[in-house]
Parts: sequence; structure tokens; C-alpha cells
Amino acid sequence: MHKKILLISRHAPYGNSIAKDAFDAALATAIYDQDLSMLFMDDGIFQLLRDQQAQEISQKSFTSMLSALPFYDIDKLYIHQESLEQRGLTIENLIVDNATIVNSAQISNLLNHQDHILSF
Amino acid sequence: MIVPVMIFSINVQSPPSSQASYSAYQFCRALLRQGHNLHRVFFYQDGIYNATNLAAPPQDELDLYSEWQKLSKEHSVELVVCIAAALKRGLLNQEESIRYNKAGHNLAEGFTLGGLGQLIEAAAVSDRLITFGN
Repeated sequence: MHKKILLISRHAPYGNSIAKDAFDAALATAIYDQDLSMLFMDDGIFQLLRDQQAQEISQKSFTSMLSALPFYDIDKLYIHQESLEQRGLTIENLIVDNATIVNSAQISNLLNHQDHILSF
Repeated sequence: MIVPVMIFSINVQSPPSSQASYSAYQFCRALLRQGHNLHRVFFYQDGIYNATNLAAPPQDELDLYSEWQKLSKEHSVELVVCIAAALKRGLLNQEESIRYNKAGHNLAEGFTLGGLGQLIEAAAVSDRLITFGN
């Protein structure tokens, strides 16, 4: 069955493995040929920051993982506007250039159109 | 009120030291009591710690580890543990223990190791996928 699945990623890239686990779940969803969208909000925004140097803390950088998304046909990316603003960031600070910026009202609409939500 | 029968799957992402694991278990019991179907319980992230057979909780606390096994036996519920999450946290079945040349294995009876695809398959075939934890 083909389902609309929204994966919400709300945690910072390092410090624990939640964001990485969300990423792995996204790839599995894509491999399983489901209709996947990804929403980055709260501290999840930090996953998208430019110039990450994760090797300094012996971690894998999110930048290279994000660049793999197009190869899995994961192209419906959403970024929560208020989360950006609360952290003093703009889209220019982020590595993704094909994401849709959505406000809280639009997120309600996005959620309403899914069969399932996976929250990380 | 007549509730339509639905297929549920459950995604457990927190360890037994978290209330989320207990809530997940109680939710499973409740939905089965109401006549719904439980397709699969998937354990991801720290949720994999629910599947160890080496935990010895205090006797005056609910033994959640055994409760999962009872649930599985009574209702033929699949308990699937994410293999990648399990291996990196030191939860192994016999096969993986041999493969990685480890001293022992500790996956409790009733649980199986499986890929993340099993979580997505659960989403694909279920009317409701409920995540507990995080």
C-alpha cells in the first residue's frame, strides 16, 4: 500500500542519535516506495546549517547525509518558519535550497493531508 | 458508540526506564481489549532495551519485559526490534552474536530482529501507527 507519510525531525543533529535515526527512517521510507515528506522544526532546524564540522567531535556530518536525499527521491522538504525565526536564522544559513518554508498554520494543513506521522 | 475495527502498529522509541514504554504497552492492551488488530510492535532507538533478557527489575515493579512477551504469546503480536539500533547498543540474538564474535546474546524470546523496512511496512498496512517516546 502506498501511504502519505510525514517525518517530523525536531532534534539537533549531534548530542544524541535521534536526528540520525530520523534520517535512517526517512531513507527506509523512500526505499519502501512510500510518499514521504520531511518537516524540520524546533532544534531540527540545526541539522540544515551550513559549514558543519562534525569531524571535530568524531561524528558524521549531516551535510553529506542531506546531500544524499535527492538520490532517494526525497524532495518534499519543509522548514518551520517560526523555528527559524526563534533561532535567529534565515534560509541563507541553511544548506538546502529546495525546501518549502511553512508557518504554523500551514503545518496544520500539512499534517491533515498525511496518512501517518513519524515523529523524531 | 460503535468503533470501526482498525489495524494498529506501535513504534516504541524509549527505553523501559521511560513512562513512554509503559504507555505503549498499556495502549496495546487497550486496543486489543476494544477488538482492534495489532499488526506489529516495532522497537527503535532506545526502545530496543525493552527486548533484553538480562534485565532484573525490582519485584514490586511491573516487569514490562515479561509483559511484552505475554502480550506477544496471548495475541500472536509480532515484536520486531530494529537490528541496527540493537546491534549498536549491545542487544544481540544468537546469530548476530556469532557473526560479530561476541561473548553472548541477550534478545528475549518472542522478539525478532528486523530492518527499518518493517516499521515502514507496518505504516503501509496499518490504519494507525502510534509512536511512543521522544
